[in-house]
Amino acid sequence: MLTFTLRRLLLAIPTLLLISLVIFLLVDLAPGSPASEIPLTVPPEVRMKILEALGVNEPLHIRYLLWLKQFFWVEPLNGFDAIFGTNYAEGMQRIISYQSRSPVFPLIGERLPQTLTVIGTAYLVGVLIALPIGIYSAYKQYSLFDQFGTMFAMIGFSVPTFFTGTLFIIIFAVWLGWFPTKYDTTLEVTDWDSFLTQLRQMAMPVMVLGLANAAAISRYMRSSMLENMSQDYVRTARAKGMDERTVVLKHVLRNSLIPVVTVIALGIPSIFGGAIITENLFGVNGIGSALIQAIRGNDLPMVQTLAFIFAILIVAFNLIADLLYGMLDPRIRYD
Amino acid sequence: MKLTTALMGAVAALAFAPAAFAERGADGNVNVLYWQAPSILNPYLSSGTKDVEASSLILDGLAGFDEKGVVFPRLAESIPTVENGGISADLTQITWKLKPGLLWSDGTPVTSADAKFTYEYCTHPEGGCAQAARYEGISSIETPDDLTIVITFAAPKPNPYTAFVGGTSPILQAAQFANCLGAAASTCTEQNFKPIGTGPFMVTDFKVNDVVTLAANPNYRDPAKPAFATMTLKGGGDAAAAARAVLETGEFDYAWNTQINPEQQMQMAAAGKGVLLNGFGTLVERIEMNQTNPSPDLPEGERSTTKHPHPFLTDIRVRKALSMAIDRQILVDIGYGAAGRPTCNLVPAPELFASPNTDCLVQDMEGAKALLEEAGWVDADGDGIREKDGMPLKILYQTSTNPVRQDFQAVIKDWWTELGVDVELKNIDASVFFGGDAGSPDTFQKFYADVEMYANNFDGTDPEPYLAQYKCDKIPGPENQWQGENINRFCDPAYDALVDELSKTSDMAKRGEIAIRLNEMLTKDTYIVVPLVDRGRLSAASNTLGGVVLNTWDTELWNAQDWFRVK
Amino acid sequence: MTDSTSAVAPPESFRGAVWAQFRKHKGAVFGLIVLGLLIVFSVIGPLVWNPEKLTVVEALKSKNLGPSLTHPMGTDQLGRDQMQRMMAAGKVSLAVGFVAMIIAIFLGTLIGVLAGYFKRLDGPLMRLTDMFLALPLIPLLLVMVMLFRDDLSRAMGPEMGAFVLIVFAIGVTSWMHAARIVRGEVLALKEREYVLASRSIGATPRRVILRHILPNVVSPVMVAATLGVAEAIITESVLSFLGLGFPPDFPTWGRLLFEGLEYMQLYPERVIFPGLAISLTVLSVNYIGDGLRDALDPRIRGR
Repeated sequence: MLTFTLRRLLLAIPTLLLISLVIFLLVDLAPGSPASEIPLTVPPEVRMKILEALGVNEPLHIRYLLWLKQFFWVEPLNGFDAIFGTNYAEGMQRIISYQSRSPVFPLIGERLPQTLTVIGTAYLVGVLIALPIGIYSAYKQYSLFDQFGTMFAMIGFSVPTFFTGTLFIIIFAVWLGWFPTKYDTTLEVTDWDSFLTQLRQMAMPVMVLGLANAAAISRYMRSSMLENMSQDYVRTARAKGMDERTVVLKHVLRNSLIPVVTVIALGIPSIFGGAIITENLFGVNGIGSALIQAIRGNDLPMVQTLAFIFAILIVAFNLIADLLYGMLDPRIRYD
Repeated sequence: MKLTTALMGAVAALAFAPAAFAERGADGNVNVLYWQAPSILNPYLSSGTKDVEASSLILDGLAGFDEKGVVFPRLAESIPTVENGGISADLTQITWKLKPGLLWSDGTPVTSADAKFTYEYCTHPEGGCAQAARYEGISSIETPDDLTIVITFAAPKPNPYTAFVGGTSPILQAAQFANCLGAAASTCTEQNFKPIGTGPFMVTDFKVNDVVTLAANPNYRDPAKPAFATMTLKGGGDAAAAARAVLETGEFDYAWNTQINPEQQMQMAAAGKGVLLNGFGTLVERIEMNQTNPSPDLPEGERSTTKHPHPFLTDIRVRKALSMAIDRQILVDIGYGAAGRPTCNLVPAPELFASPNTDCLVQDMEGAKALLEEAGWVDADGDGIREKDGMPLKILYQTSTNPVRQDFQAVIKDWWTELGVDVELKNIDASVFFGGDAGSPDTFQKFYADVEMYANNFDGTDPEPYLAQYKCDKIPGPENQWQGENINRFCDPAYDALVDELSKTSDMAKRGEIAIRLNEMLTKDTYIVVPLVDRGRLSAASNTLGGVVLNTWDTELWNAQDWFRVK
Repeated sequence: MTDSTSAVAPPESFRGAVWAQFRKHKGAVFGLIVLGLLIVFSVIGPLVWNPEKLTVVEALKSKNLGPSLTHPMGTDQLGRDQMQRMMAAGKVSLAVGFVAMIIAIFLGTLIGVLAGYFKRLDGPLMRLTDMFLALPLIPLLLVMVMLFRDDLSRAMGPEMGAFVLIVFAIGVTSWMHAARIVRGEVLALKEREYVLASRSIGATPRRVILRHILPNVVSPVMVAATLGVAEAIITESVLSFLGLGFPPDFPTWGRLLFEGLEYMQLYPERVIFPGLAISLTVLSVNYIGDGLRDALDPRIRGR
C-alpha cells in the first residue's frame, strides 16, 4: 500500500504538469479577451495599450513558463517569507490577476473562508441527510418512506440551483423575512449574537446546495445497498442468526460504500471549487464566483491558478478514494 | 407600530431642511449594492463602470458633471471659461485654481503637483492607463504655484473639460503613487486598493470583487459632510436580486443599475420600501447594418471586409424598409418600461447635439413592403420570402446574450418575417461578443452577420469622438486586428470632411449644428445605424435614504457626500 | 449488455423473461407511461395543438395570461402560447437529455470497465479522467463552440448543427463521474470468486466483462444515467444562457425555466410547467432504471 501510494504521488507530478499545460492552452485559446471588461467608450489605441501592459501579447510559451516559475517558485517563497518574516521573494513578480492588478494568492485566501464555511457545511449537511435516507430507503424498498425519498431526491436533482435559490429568497426573505438575501463576508463571529447572524445568513445557500448534494448521494447509497442486500452473504449472515442491525449496518453498508466513496471523493474538491450559481445569487463571493468572474473577464492568471489548484485536489482525492477502496474491500489490490 | 412610523415620517418632513446642516457621521452606516462588485479602486487601471464609480467615493477631480451635464467645481475654486479668462482665447490653454486649504484624507495638503503627477502617471507609455483618452491632446502641464494648474493643448481644444473632470479622471496623491509609475503600476496593490483621496469617504477594508467598507473622510472639505459615518459597498448577484434587496427586503439603501423588466419594476416598487430612479444619458440600443459581405463562403480574412460589399444591405431602400417595419414603442414597453424611450437618433442628448428627428417613430409596414417591391425584392415563388435575381432576402441577426435583447430579437424577427425577410437569430456570450479577441469569429467588430444589435454611448457631454468613429479610416479589418470602431464599415468622404470641420469648430452653437448633421447622415439619411431605444439608467433607492440624485453624466455616486438618513 | 451467444438462455426467452419481470414492477410501468406521454406531448402535440400565428401587436395584447381554455399553460411576456413552446421545447430537451446521457454513459462505462479490469490501462485512463475533471468547463465549451459551430451549422443547418454540438459537448464533459464509479465497482468485482473462477477456466476478458462484470455494474450505471438526463437538460439551459446553445428563438425546457425565473412571483405557472416537465422526465427515467435493473438481475428475476 505504501509503495502504491508513493508511486502514485510520483506519477502525479507529470500528470499535473500536463494538466496545467492543457488548462493553459484551453484558457488561452478560448474566445474572449480581458478587453471585454473595458467599456466601448474607450478608444482602440488605449485598449491595445492596456492589453500590452497586462502582458497579454507575450508569446504563449513565455507566459506559460513564467506562470510555472511563479506558481512553483515565487509563490511558495512568498509564503515562506510571510511565515518567517524573511524577504527572499523580494522583487520577484508574483502571479498578478488581470482584473484587480494584484497578486492572485491573497485574493484566493480572502475568498476561501466563506467558500469553506458555506459550501463545506452544505456538503456535510448533504452527506448527513443522504446516507440515512439512502440506507433506510434501500432497507425498506418500495415503502412509503422510500417512495417519498425518491420523490425528494429526484426533485432535488432535477430542479437547478438557480431555481431553488430564487424560490427560497422569495419565500424566506421576501415573504417571511427570516434570512438576509446577501451574505456579509465582513461578519466576524465573536459572540453568540454574531454566531446566530452567521447561521441566519448561511441558512439559505446551505439549504439550496445541501438539497442538491443530498439528492445525488442518496440515490447512489440506495442503489448500492439494494445491490448488496440480495447477495448470498447477506442471506448467510441472517441464517447464522445475526441481528438485522449488524447485518445491515456492518456487512451490507460496508460493501455498499465503494460507489458512495467515489461520489463523495469527487465532490470534496468541488467544495473548494465553490458553487458558481449559488455563491453569486447570495453574494457569498467565494471561489466559485471568483472563477466565473475571472472566466468572463478572461483573467488568465486567475483562471489558470484556480483551475490548477482544483486539479491538485482532484488528483489527491481520487488517490484517497483508491486507498479507501482497499480498506473497504481488502480483496482490491493495486500491487 | 404603524402610527409611530407615520409620526416619524411627519417629523422627518419637518426636519428635512435641518438635515442639510447635519453633523458629519451622524447618520451611521449606509448600505450600497453594486451587483457587479469593484475589482480595483483606481480608475486609471480599470475603466469598468463599477470600478470607476466605487473609486469616485474616495477620489475627486477638479470638477464634475451634475445631473444636467453641467460642469461644476469640486477641488477647483471655479470653472475656467473663455469669459472669465480661465481658457485662452485660442483655446489651447486652460488654467485651474485649487480651493485653498484642501487636505488629503491622511492630513497632508493637496497641491497642483499632485495633478501634474496624475497626468504623468496616466500618460506613462508602459502604464496601460485606462483613461488615457481623458489626457489626449495635452502637450504640457505647468504648476506655477501650489494652487495653479495650467494645461496646454497641442491644438485648439473646443472641449477642454476632459483632464481632471468627472469620475474617470480624479487626482491621485503624488506621495502615495510615486513608486507606481509605468510598469510598476500593478505592483502597487496597497495603493490601488486603498488610495488616499479627497472624496467624502476613505477605504477601511477592500475585498476584491466582493465588498468595500468605507469611513467618512475626516479631512473632507465640507466639515458637515458626509452625513454617514461608514458605508458598505457590497457586490454579487444580478440586477433583479439587487432590486429585490432594496425594494422588497429593505436590506440595502441603494442599488446600482437595477435593470429589470417593466413588470418586475411595477411589482417590486409596489412593495413600498423604496423607489426606482431613472435618468437618461446617451446610451442607445441600435441595430447596425453591415455594409460588407459576411458570407461564410468567402475566404477567412475577406469576410466582412471592404473588399466585398454587402449584396443587398448597401441598398438604402432595403435598410430603410427594415427600419420602417419596427415599432419602437413596443420594444420599450417589452424591455425597459420607464427606463427607456424610443429614439431615431444616435446622439439622443445633450439637447444641443440632439437632432429633432422623429421620422422613424411610426411603424409603416405597408410602406416598408412597397419600398422593397420598388427595390426589386418580390416574393416570386410564394414561400413568404422575397427574392431578387434568384437570391432570397435572408438576414443573420446577432447580438449578445441578455434576456431583453433576446425578446427584441424575437419581436423584430416577427416584423421582418411579415415583411418577407428570412431571419436567422444568433446570440453570443457578452464576454466573447465584446471581447474583441481577433481570434474569435464572434466579436461585434468582426461582424460576421448581416445586422447586429448592441448599445453604446459616449463619455461626458461631447459627442465628437463618438461621431468620429464612423470615419472611413476606422473600419475594422484584418490589417488592424479588427480594432476599428466603424462597425458597419460606413465610408463617406463628405462625412469625414464634416467630422474634421467639427474638430476645428469652437463655437458651441455651430458644433451643435454639425453634430446634428452628422447624426442625421448616419440615421435618417442613410439608415446605416438604426437606433431603437434611448436607454436610461435605472437604480433603486430606499425610502429612508435622502439626498439621492441620479446622474447620467458622471458617476452615480457623484453626490454621496450629500446623502443622509431620512428619520 | 447481455451475451446473446449464451447457451443457457436463448435470446427470445431471455428478452421475454426480462420484459415479464419489468412489467411486474409497478414503478417502472408508471415511468414508462409518463415518459411515453411526455414524448407524445412533444412529438405529436404540435400536430394537434397549433394556435394561429399572431402578429406582434395582437400577441402582445394577450401577454402574460394565466392558464385558460385558449391557452392551457398561459402565455409569456411576448404573448406566445406557452403550451406550444413547451411542446417544441420538449422535443429538443428530451432529445438532448437522452442522447447526451447515452454518450456520457457509454464513454463512462467503457473507460471505467477498461480501467478497472485491465491494470495496465488503469493509470493512463484514470489520469485522463482526472484531467477532464480538472478542466474548467466554460472555457472548454467556448473553445469547442468556436472550433466547430460554423462548420457544423454549414454542414447541417443552424439547428441540427447546434444539436450535434451541444449533445457532443455535454457528452464529453460529463462521463467522468460514471467512469470513476464503474471503475471502483469493477476493481472490487474482478476479485470476486465467480469472476476468478471464470478467468481460471480460461474465459476471454471480453466474455468475463460482458457476462460477469457488466451485469453487476448496472445499478450504479442506472443511477448515473438517471442523474445524467437531468444534468444534460439543465446543462443545455446553461449553454443556451451563455449563448452557446440553440438560436435564441428556439425554446427548450431549461431555457423556459430560466426565462420564467424573472416572472416567478407574478406568474408562477411560467416556472411550474417547465420545472414539472423536467422533474417528471427524470422521475420516470429513474423508475424505468429501477425496473430495468431488477429485470436484468437474475437473482431477482428467478424469484
